[in-house]
Amino acid sequence: MASGWAIAIASFGYLGLLFAIAFYADRRAAAGASLIASPTVYALSLAVYASSWTFYGSVGRAAVGGIGFLPVYLGPTLMAALWWIVLRKMIRISKQNRITSIADFIASRYGKSALLGGLATVIAVVGIVPYIALQLKAVSASLTLLANYPAPASAAAPLWSDASLYVALLLAVFTILFGTRHLDASERHEGMVAAVAFESLVKLFAFLALGLYVCYGMYDGLGDLFTRAAALPALQPLTSPDSFSPGYGGWAWLTLLSMLSILLLPRQFQIAVVENVEEDHVRRASWLLPLYLLAINVFVLPVAFAGLMQFPGGQVDADLFVLTLPLMGQQHGLALLVFIGGLSAATGMVIVETIALATMVCNDLVMPLLLRMDRLGLRRRADLSGLLLGIRRAAILLLMALGYGYSRAAGDAYALMAIGLISFAAVAQFAPAVLGGLFWQQGSRNGALLGLAAGFLVWLYTLLLPSFAQSGWLPASFLELGPFGIAWLRPRQLFGLAGMDPISHAMFWSMLVNIGGYVGVSLLSRQSAMEQAQARRFIDPWGHSEPALLLAWRGQAPAQAVRALLKRFLGAGRGEEIYARLRHGRDGAAGDALLVHLAEIELASAIGAASARAVLASVLQEEALRPDEVLAILDESSQAIAHSRELEHKSRALERASAELRAANQRLTELDRMKDDFLSTVTHELRTPLTSIRAFSEILRDHPDLPAAKRSAYLDIVIKESERLTRLINDVLDLAKIDAGRADWHAGPVDLAEVVRDALAASSGLMRERGIQVEATLPDVVPHVSADRDRLMQVMLNLLSNAAKFCDPADGRITVALRQDADVLRVSVRDNGPGVQPEDREIIFDKFRQGGDTLTGKPQGTGLGLPISRGIIRHFGGQLWLEATAGAGAQFVFTLPLAAVLETGP
Amino acid sequence: MTHKILIVDDEPNIVLSLEFLMEQSGYTVAVARDGEEALAQMASFRPDLVLLDIMLPKMNGYEVCQKIRATPDWAGVRVLMLSAKGRELEVSKGLALGADGYVTKPFSTRDLMDQVRRLLDE
Repeated sequence: MASGWAIAIASFGYLGLLFAIAFYADRRAAAGASLIASPTVYALSLAVYASSWTFYGSVGRAAVGGIGFLPVYLGPTLMAALWWIVLRKMIRISKQNRITSIADFIASRYGKSALLGGLATVIAVVGIVPYIALQLKAVSASLTLLANYPAPASAAAPLWSDASLYVALLLAVFTILFGTRHLDASERHEGMVAAVAFESLVKLFAFLALGLYVCYGMYDGLGDLFTRAAALPALQPLTSPDSFSPGYGGWAWLTLLSMLSILLLPRQFQIAVVENVEEDHVRRASWLLPLYLLAINVFVLPVAFAGLMQFPGGQVDADLFVLTLPLMGQQHGLALLVFIGGLSAATGMVIVETIALATMVCNDLVMPLLLRMDRLGLRRRADLSGLLLGIRRAAILLLMALGYGYSRAAGDAYALMAIGLISFAAVAQFAPAVLGGLFWQQGSRNGALLGLAAGFLVWLYTLLLPSFAQSGWLPASFLELGPFGIAWLRPRQLFGLAGMDPISHAMFWSMLVNIGGYVGVSLLSRQSAMEQAQARRFIDPWGHSEPALLLAWRGQAPAQAVRALLKRFLGAGRGEEIYARLRHGRDGAAGDALLVHLAEIELASAIGAASARAVLASVLQEEALRPDEVLAILDESSQAIAHSRELEHKSRALERASAELRAANQRLTELDRMKDDFLSTVTHELRTPLTSIRAFSEILRDHPDLPAAKRSAYLDIVIKESERLTRLINDVLDLAKIDAGRADWHAGPVDLAEVVRDALAASSGLMRERGIQVEATLPDVVPHVSADRDRLMQVMLNLLSNAAKFCDPADGRITVALRQDADVLRVSVRDNGPGVQPEDREIIFDKFRQGGDTLTGKPQGTGLGLPISRGIIRHFGGQLWLEATAGAGAQFVFTLPLAAVLETGP
Repeated sequence: MTHKILIVDDEPNIVLSLEFLMEQSGYTVAVARDGEEALAQMASFRPDLVLLDIMLPKMNGYEVCQKIRATPDWAGVRVLMLSAKGRELEVSKGLALGADGYVTKPFSTRDLMDQVRRLLDE
């Protein structure tokens, strides 16, 4: 019907328009007026998610499973709510590290591991090629249908007349022109993004136009359409919400799968992360994209029902209802528009996907291998930027060829929807490594490697091989009986797990081994220094500081080598320009280290993180920082900390010691002053009797004619004062000895009652002389104490003579008592004199301090009796004090402990 | 007219020896046993010279000396300090408070009499 020429002109015209848009956007970008710096454009370009799989396949799936197609769009809607947390972090990280693809992201997170990047690339390529094939198939099928309608689609055409071959070639050229005009992947493909956003508008417009035509052109609105559909028994299962495919469990798995896909599909990562202009655009996209997906799905069910009613019995492929319905209604213009819409969906997906995959293949697969195999050969070449572009272009051609090959080989065996889900399940394997890497510091390279590899193998076994079996490449028995007839290895009922749809079943097993391997190995293995550094940058992209990272590069950093590298990989002009920019204002060793670090980021944007690291390492001869070296560095610093702690400790000890010294010095000064005072006092006390002695001696000498009575009185004074002097000297020496602990003690069992009696007897003469009455209360027998009898006698005599001295001169009375208290013997001596003022109670025990001098004139004595007595009593473990008494009189009390007696008791 | 001398000391034997020495030289003598009594004797006995000990009950010799010097009536009274406190600090303190001389115990009787005569002759 529609002439081939018309279709060809429309198709080429449309592609030409796309190219013009892309070209214009690139021009605008170069002029600094970016066309895509808008959140709306960002959201529209994200709608690249809706590929021809959506455009044609949703109706196909709805025709089979009712609303079972919905989870694929519910998932992204749910994930959009999480974008602000997850996607924004990924964007920030990727901008900081010049991440070029999802594989690069994973490799970079886990210590810039080339192995991990390569594995992720392989998984992506294997997983996505069928998806690309699907797009080619959709284009060629729609093209064939459009060109030949109403003739049925012809059987497999020979190669040279196969439309999909030309479509593939055309798209490859188109992609190469769009995607590999210059090198720096993270500088974004503005033209491509603009074209993709435009395509999103076109496919939405086309689908809405079709939906309106079906509802209001073919039927009398939605109500009419659904009423008629409900009347048909064949459509009953589709309209009943209870029986939608694939059941509630499958629904949940599909939703999860789609949530992960909108984040992890290489083309989504390319658009959402790499091509992102402004982090903040995520905000609008997180509601605009769900809205877009809702709009493009509104008419899916009506169109599916209309198709089923118009073409009952499966005479027309449900995947092509979208195109067949307007053709049937002779709406050639609409049919052409729908075809262009489908073409938009397919080309958008293919272009972005192949660019993303080609970047991964180049940066994470080919470059590391080339660098490894022929390092010297690469080094000889002055400019590698041409080579890099060549690799990418070749990769695009190769991917397209693979897609085409797959589409031809797979034939019509598999519905579009199923192929799409298989691809989704493949990229879902990235989820543990990517999401874990964003939020879990401990996630390690080995864990990611094992998880990815295991999950991929399970996916291969439970999804890809069965699809091969369905295509007839493997015997059907593989599916039904298991490999070699081993039933529990049946790929869709692995280990006997039955009752799940294939996608849920595969997701269950692959996620189990993937997450299990990732978490388990991460917990058990240790991260290298590089992994730890990268993990920190990914976990906290907002808080990291450059100096901490520079630690990862050591050794000399020859600036010229870095410059040569930049020129080699980025081209002479750009390399020189970037070198000049990086070098500007940076000198010295620290500047060099920073230069290397920045150069690594620049190189990473061209050849990926792992390759950038490898080439810099090869040129700089930098030894990788091994964990033991890091530990050594840490050890050094912890030793330094320990040293400083020790120093602190010592200085505190010194402070304490000097404080003690100061205190000791103060005590010594005090003692010195006390000794000075003591000496001064002793001197004074000695001079007083000496004065009398000398004065009377001189009087006796100078006055030989003195009367005899006077003469003998003066001589008596000289003798008495001499005795006083002698007593004083003895007391001073005695006290000095007691104080210094050098006194001679003759300790033994002493009967204290007897000592008191003897002392009373010895002083009885004095008492009688002064008319003092003495009253004594003494038990007959008391336990012995261990002491020096003569010394105790000295104490008693001192107390008695003190009492006599201070007694009431007219009516003197002294009371002496001895009694046994709990474990001491207690002796008290009380007089009826004026007593001692409370403030003087302790002073009277000081040397040369005598009480009562303010009232009664100077008492007799040396002023050393009480200090000596107290020294003696203390020596034997007792106490001597002046009791606080009511009324007149002073009462001195001393105690001696009984404990010491027991061994020597009577 | 004979000079009058006030002896201020709390050591009975020292007072006895001083009394004997002063009376032998023909002076009229009075005795005070503490600081307060000394000031009372100053007013009643009106001595020409005071032999003043420092370590006294109730009021020490320094205070007594200060009181004497602060009383215009007693401006001409000579004060000779007699003390067992022989350290330089105590000597200069006594002189600073207005004493005319300072004799350290134990003293030579001849030196003491020379000092007394010299002070009274001036």
